[in-house]
Amino acid sequence: MKLLDRFLDGDRIALSRVITLLENDRNRRSAILDRLYPRSGNARRIGITGPPGSGKSTLTDRLTKQLRISGRTVGIIAVDPTSPFTGGALLGDRLRMQGSWDDPQVFLRSLADRSHTGGLSEATPHAMTALDAFGKDVIIVETVGVGQSTLDVSDVSDTTVVLLTPESGDSIQAMKAGLMEIADVLVVNKADREGADRFAAELRTIVDLGRWEEGWKPPVLSVSARDNTGMDGLYEKLDAHGDYLAGEGRLRRRRMRQGRSAIEKALGEMWRGRLTKLRDADCTMDRLSERVARREIHPLAAAGELMDELSV
Amino acid sequence: MTDNIRVLVAKPGLDGHDRGAKVVAGALRDAGMEVIYTGLRQTPEMIAEAAVQEDVDVVALSILSGAHMTIFPRVMDLLRERGVDHMLLTGGGIIPKSDGDELAKLGVGKLFGPGTSTRDIIAYINEEVARRRVADEI
Repeated sequence: MKLLDRFLDGDRIALSRVITLLENDRNRRSAILDRLYPRSGNARRIGITGPPGSGKSTLTDRLTKQLRISGRTVGIIAVDPTSPFTGGALLGDRLRMQGSWDDPQVFLRSLADRSHTGGLSEATPHAMTALDAFGKDVIIVETVGVGQSTLDVSDVSDTTVVLLTPESGDSIQAMKAGLMEIADVLVVNKADREGADRFAAELRTIVDLGRWEEGWKPPVLSVSARDNTGMDGLYEKLDAHGDYLAGEGRLRRRRMRQGRSAIEKALGEMWRGRLTKLRDADCTMDRLSERVARREIHPLAAAGELMDELSV
Repeated sequence: MTDNIRVLVAKPGLDGHDRGAKVVAGALRDAGMEVIYTGLRQTPEMIAEAAVQEDVDVVALSILSGAHMTIFPRVMDLLRERGVDHMLLTGGGIIPKSDGDELAKLGVGKLFGPGTSTRDIIAYINEEVARRRVADEI
């Protein structure tokens, strides 16, 4: 049987292979998605993001167990950074996600970001599509440890959870922009540590001052994922946000916005692909670079010329 | 294809000495590989499951406890059971050559002892993976 037939037959090995091909094989990626994309869209997608060491994997592990208790199947994509110097990566999220290792209804895949900026790898949305088409009820995507502007997770999640720790306090000013704005739910993890209450109160003030969609003000929750305290409150809020999205076509609107962003990203990739080809094959780039260096033409105009050439 | 080699580095059993596993994991990463590190106290079942979900090219085990004649064959069986025996099962530790020869008959790859240069391990993995990779028909 061919790979995609085995996939649709529920073969986990095939699911695993398909994710690899979606990652590696640019030539066949589109053909694979032709089969899988129409079968996706049913899963609830939860994004978990936050600074390094904030407890994303531990929280994901807990959340997974809870989802399984409520009878839902789970797919997880955990992203860790690739070294820009060697291209290698150490993927360690599995270390803290061993709570459901023997549960056949949980599938966890670690991906290296392959130097893609934005907190996810380029193939992450496709891997999520695969898990979705495979029939997972909930997909959790865990980003690399992020700072301010790695916000791709909000483009692939129905609900985005931003995880912080009391130690994140000092950088909170900078986080007002970006990370804070994509949060549907804010979690202060390691809430047993000193300063956690004050920090949570500060976060609430920032949320109060910020803008949010009508009908949903991002709640701030204090938990300890390690000690399993306060987690019930998080599960409730996740369900509540799911209900909120289900109303008045909100989920459809959110996914449309995400669809637009996905198309734009794909277009960007295609252009870059063409540009690389052009650079390899043609001397147009050399000619233009020389003219830019001689100040005969400025870079924007040169890019415009290239654009014209690429469009034919 | 972008040929990122994926390696699962695991430490089965109860002995807590994971320095060797960490050194190897770091060296493989620096050689451009994607290393999934699962840490200490892994059972053969956990290792086989992780190998399947991560679709690795290589499963590398560090065994210092003397249990290699039990663990390697067990992991090999579990990989076969799951239909992923194209993966290279290799590793290192305190393993007598005669035991290594016997394990090789079962399909286990080369095993590396103390004093091995990480360069030799990297070269071996590169070579084996190139030989073992299969193209899928979609």
